[in-house]
Amino acid sequence: MAENGKPKTEMLDELEKGPWPSFVTEIKKASEVNPMCDDLLGQLELSYQEKKGHWKHGGIVGVLGYGGGVIGRYSDVPEKFPKVAHFHTMRVNQPAGWFYTSDAIRTLCGIWERHGSGLTNMHGSTGDIIFLGTKTNELEPTFKELTEAGFDLGGSGSCMRTPSCCLGPARCEWACYDTLKACDDLTRAYQDEMHRPPFPYKFKIKCAGCPNDCVASIARADLSIIGTWKDDIQQDDAAVAEYAAGGLNIQKEVCDLCLTRCMNWDGSRLTIDNRECVRCMHCINVMPKALAPGKEKGATLLIGSKAPIVQGALLSSVLVPFVPEDELLETVKELVSRVWEFWDEHGKNRERVGELIQRVGMANFLDAIGLEPIPEMINAPRDNPYIFFQPEGEK
Amino acid sequence: MATAPTKRITDIGPPHYEEFLHPLIKKNYGKWKYHETLAPGVLCHVAESGDRLYTVRAASPRLLSVQSLRFFADLADKYCGGYLRFTSRNNVEFLLDDAANIEPLKQELAAAGFPVGGTNNAISNIVHTQGWVHCHSSATDASGIVKSVMDALCDRFTNENLPAKLRIAVACCLNMCGAVHCSDIAILGIHRTPPKIRHDILPKVCEVPTLISSCPTGAIRPATVDGKQSVELVEEQCMFCGNCYTVCPAMPLNDPENDGISIWVGGKVSNARSAPKFTKLAIPYLPNNPPRWPEVVDAVVNIVNVYAAHAHRHERVGEWIERIGWPRFFQLTGIEFTRYHIDDFKFAGLTFARSTHLRF
Repeated sequence: MAENGKPKTEMLDELEKGPWPSFVTEIKKASEVNPMCDDLLGQLELSYQEKKGHWKHGGIVGVLGYGGGVIGRYSDVPEKFPKVAHFHTMRVNQPAGWFYTSDAIRTLCGIWERHGSGLTNMHGSTGDIIFLGTKTNELEPTFKELTEAGFDLGGSGSCMRTPSCCLGPARCEWACYDTLKACDDLTRAYQDEMHRPPFPYKFKIKCAGCPNDCVASIARADLSIIGTWKDDIQQDDAAVAEYAAGGLNIQKEVCDLCLTRCMNWDGSRLTIDNRECVRCMHCINVMPKALAPGKEKGATLLIGSKAPIVQGALLSSVLVPFVPEDELLETVKELVSRVWEFWDEHGKNRERVGELIQRVGMANFLDAIGLEPIPEMINAPRDNPYIFFQPEGEK
Repeated sequence: MATAPTKRITDIGPPHYEEFLHPLIKKNYGKWKYHETLAPGVLCHVAESGDRLYTVRAASPRLLSVQSLRFFADLADKYCGGYLRFTSRNNVEFLLDDAANIEPLKQELAAAGFPVGGTNNAISNIVHTQGWVHCHSSATDASGIVKSVMDALCDRFTNENLPAKLRIAVACCLNMCGAVHCSDIAILGIHRTPPKIRHDILPKVCEVPTLISSCPTGAIRPATVDGKQSVELVEEQCMFCGNCYTVCPAMPLNDPENDGISIWVGGKVSNARSAPKFTKLAIPYLPNNPPRWPEVVDAVVNIVNVYAAHAHRHERVGEWIERIGWPRFFQLTGIEFTRYHIDDFKFAGLTFARSTHLRF
């Protein structure tokens, strides 16, 4: 420990140089708010020297009546860094789309300055506001102030994790359904499942407004809700001509890169064979003034994506090709309840829904949730002959 | 005198998003017509009504002090009526209705060390995990790697001079809270040696059946050690995933000399053009070398530069590699191809070359 109670951080100080904003500078700033951050810096410097982490495994702490939302964290060198002997994380449910007013930001800052380290993540990987580091006896007072200010905790553990969404119709012309409304509605509908973990493992829902999928729904959500449309791409020929006049090589940059080659440019007019369009968004992305998703909007529902742990990474796959926007929430909730029922009964400890489907087979899963198999669900029919035929008449 | 206990508030969910929407957004909600890019990091969304909403996007280290958050709040008050947001890649965005405020806002952000950019064909902010700052299972730090890589690539954030958008993610272990499995370039902390079983504490802190079933390759088996129930490990079957450690603290696999970083390439989540795809292994191991991780920075910068020089316009990293083929990717980047690049987990055959489509 150097003078003034400030730790010596020669390695971390290196990370205050350079053009990118520095997390070390942020921790040093917060140490003016709470001296916990001095010990955080000290312990982190030790990790940098030894090339290993110094946080103990887990630790169950929380607020009364909730089974999640707080991640217990304890130092494994508390004698050296007593101020981070407890350094728990709180996950605070973000407003849909991560929109804030300056007042809301200041409210959150005030609460966290009074009760925690003054360090945050804006935001965590699942989408929550992360309050980084506090002591066990500050959890309830923080929670009290949060709820009085209109905020609540997000999910952790084997629960419905905090849903998240892209900014959708708030600032994007491509939103094919109201992602904020859907995310907010689902978050409120599943408060119990979020706060009192009832499942074999985590369950995530992410709402993306269009196939560009700015919230990585297809890679990171057990249930991916991705906006799409059913009718023809909306086309403004005058604007197409403007792009051409402005130097855009429509043949090369749009038509030649179309996945199904369903577009034709004759030098003055763009035509789209909409029957062949797979709604990939490329042409719309390149010419946002001229092309837009159709008017018959809704979403595709996909199931099962996850990162590698335990049985390998998965992308979500199609379950329902199209749900009209006005039927979306009702359909999702009905589907989710059937999926949860099956998962609850057959899922093993720490088995995500996608892994359960791999284990029991998609066809059995479809039977269980009452969906008919349709060709939109597959890239190709099976290429092996090992078929589990069912006894005649016992479908 | 006793006071009535105040009612404990629970299960209220987050504040409703409408409270936080800029008046221009409320007015034009769902009625946006198109957008254009005025400069890197500066977008203009035009509504059917003709209203124009300007967005200024700036980098953030994600780990933010309350002081920096208040600085953002003050800027929002000064330039945009107090309305701001954060992106799915942890950038901060200011929402303005007056174009005259764009330049002074940009200048204040730059002066405070928050570069403006990250839009379109730029490298956006790196999605990442907690690392040594706050995680018990990390094989490396995350924030330090992000800082080091983005210091080297900052010009690619403030300019839109790449063939397409480029998304980098960092995860400090295979749990991948950073979901690096679908990024253009992924930096992944890895362990390479088996857990060291703590027989002294195992029976007290772990459930043996849960521990045994946690292993994806069945490498953990029941054993009696010194008369107590414990487990043994078939080390040849261990692939260092760390799942056993997640369920049992008596299976630590941190190993400072052997833990390190692997580099992955070619994933995407967007459906634009080609389908979403996983990242694939580029470099199986680089040393953990804090505070600046020079080997990791050099490797990522090299891949970015080779991609920028060779990809066609609009081609993401994975699409570029699919066009030129993996042999040429390894040749152009100078990355060594090794036995570790050939998959040997489930569905391995799907990644073998099952045609004679070869380039010479």
